[in-house]
Amino acid sequence: MAAITLIEALTQAMAHELRTDANVLVLGEDVGVNGGVFRATSGLIQEFGPERIIDTPLDETTIAGLSVGLAAQGMKPIAEAQFDGFMYPMVDHIICHAARMRHRTRGRLSCPMVLRIPWGGGIRAPEHHSEANEAIFTNVPGLRVVMPSSPQRAYGLLLAAIRDPDPVVFFEPKRIYRQYKEEVPDDGEALPLDVCFVLRDGGDVTLVTWGAQVKETLEAADALAKEGISAEVIDVATLKPLDFDTIHESVKKTGRCVIVHEAPRTAGFGAEVAAQLAEKAMFDLVAPVERVTGYDTHIPLFRLEMKYLPSVDRIVTAAKRTLAVS
Amino acid sequence: MDSGVRFEIDYLQYLDAEGRVVNPDLPDFAKDRGQLTGLYKDMLKVRCFDTKAVALQRTGKLGTYASSLGHEATHIGIGSGMQLDDVLAPSYREYGAQFVRGVKPREVLLYWGGDERGNDFSGPAHDFAWCVPIGTQCLHAAGAALAFKLRKEPRVAVACVGDGGSSKTDTNAAINAAGAYGLPFVLCIINNQWAISVPRNAQTGAQTLAQKGVAGGLECLQVDGNDIIAVKAAVEYAVKRARHGHGGTVLELVTYRLGDHTTADDARRYRDDEQVKQAWQREPIKRLKHYLMLQGWWDEDLEAAWIAECNAWVDAEVDAYLATPVQPVEAMFDYLYAEPPHDVAEQRAQVLALEKR
Repeated sequence: MAAITLIEALTQAMAHELRTDANVLVLGEDVGVNGGVFRATSGLIQEFGPERIIDTPLDETTIAGLSVGLAAQGMKPIAEAQFDGFMYPMVDHIICHAARMRHRTRGRLSCPMVLRIPWGGGIRAPEHHSEANEAIFTNVPGLRVVMPSSPQRAYGLLLAAIRDPDPVVFFEPKRIYRQYKEEVPDDGEALPLDVCFVLRDGGDVTLVTWGAQVKETLEAADALAKEGISAEVIDVATLKPLDFDTIHESVKKTGRCVIVHEAPRTAGFGAEVAAQLAEKAMFDLVAPVERVTGYDTHIPLFRLEMKYLPSVDRIVTAAKRTLAVS
Repeated sequence: MDSGVRFEIDYLQYLDAEGRVVNPDLPDFAKDRGQLTGLYKDMLKVRCFDTKAVALQRTGKLGTYASSLGHEATHIGIGSGMQLDDVLAPSYREYGAQFVRGVKPREVLLYWGGDERGNDFSGPAHDFAWCVPIGTQCLHAAGAALAFKLRKEPRVAVACVGDGGSSKTDTNAAINAAGAYGLPFVLCIINNQWAISVPRNAQTGAQTLAQKGVAGGLECLQVDGNDIIAVKAAVEYAVKRARHGHGGTVLELVTYRLGDHTTADDARRYRDDEQVKQAWQREPIKRLKHYLMLQGWWDEDLEAAWIAECNAWVDAEVDAYLATPVQPVEAMFDYLYAEPPHDVAEQRAQVLALEKR
């Protein structure tokens, strides 16, 4: 089995579901012959044809609205937003309709759609191509919000998202689309959409993160290890619903928690993790919770963007601050 | 150089405001006493319902309600021009269309009475629920039409939107997508002249709203929306075209909102009584009554008997609505997901515990 990248794992997952479920289809801008601007749908139109891999007119509202209509009438659309910064026109359809179709019709209609959004900064892209906007959706009842951080988890989580009977917003950390390869068996095995993954065991401090920041957070854990500090690293993976129990179990062991995310700090999803720590884990904590996040500013154009994104150094420094408290 | 495009928008009308035939080429259903009186009776029925619903709101037994007064021909015409396995994507006042499709008045009242079960209605289970955000339903209908086309089902998606809604991005996006994909899609722009307080001429510089379909490559037709013969004929024409793979249509149904936007609105703030008085001269029920009486197909005795029947029907529905118990408190969580995630289940349990205290 050849090792594949995260984005190839996404393609593999979509192809698997297109093969096994006739109701699954892909729609978006340039997803057909071009295979998507990131190539996530590369080769799909050759295997499944233009009736299942559908190029849309250049309008995000159209992609989202058609998807809601398709899903309500028995199809399982996988909609692609071309970039995080272009998805805002879709929000109306996702919040006012997809998220509450089942609820407001008492189950008469439902909306089993996936909205895939290439997410985040760090690829030296033009303006509006680098947004970390997951918190817009984590506050919306009726949605699931997912963000993988490895090829294997990308495959398993996307399978689960496509099979889920409710709408899933699936953020794809584009900075690590091609970061590394690993073997991903095309076995159709989905991962659960309500668990965090412990990527590294440790006893001194818990590092909680998701998406592309898993990379820096694991590197920070390596750096801490060299100084004799044992960090546990948790990939949240599914932000909504949040598996707080896994985070809590870790904090019971370490008493310290650093939350790392790329989005701006205020009301970012880290605030929810911190709030639940305050509610449920106050007496397990021996140090204040730390957040290492993007700043409360728009992500800079690319000359400065790496100064904005959480760095290994900032994560290590925050972890050490928690360890300075005893 | 041979370029440039010209277009024309036809206007369809059979009966004028006085109920006189202005187009003798009547469709077959209009030559049939049973069918035409049936449409008339449906219009009376929905007006009886509407009058009662407004009264319920005024006496505190219903929440904010969007009246359908004056829209009877457009709504009954749309509902009766479709087949049951077609899909209707309404905005929020097309009760006449929905009654024709099997929705019960008690369900309309439940919805405006603050109960989601009104959207779990007895009409076709695939029909979309009421759509308050304006215009978004047009794209959902286009999505449904895309599903029908992909599955090769001979079905049509019909969306309703207002003159105000014709300005929305979503409405224009739906027209565009329907043209680009050749979808079995019919957009009924119910032009009632008022988007709350903003008049039709402030929505667009276009001479007609029907021509909004021209740029998308759809067939376009302007219709007298107070003439139910014209509305039903136009809808049947558009639905048939769509069903046979000939593409989408935009119908502008020209009518007038005789009531307030909703019971929370006061139209006297922004429009003259004189305009409303004139609009009453063109309203849909009166003209068809004239025509039916002229044919000898209807009289005042039949009218009184039918109205009594309608009122009894509405009263029974109101009783059923008022007798419907409030949903249990946990119902606010029970339809969010197919299976409740742990966080929803936890909050559901908390609410139940609070109730039991």
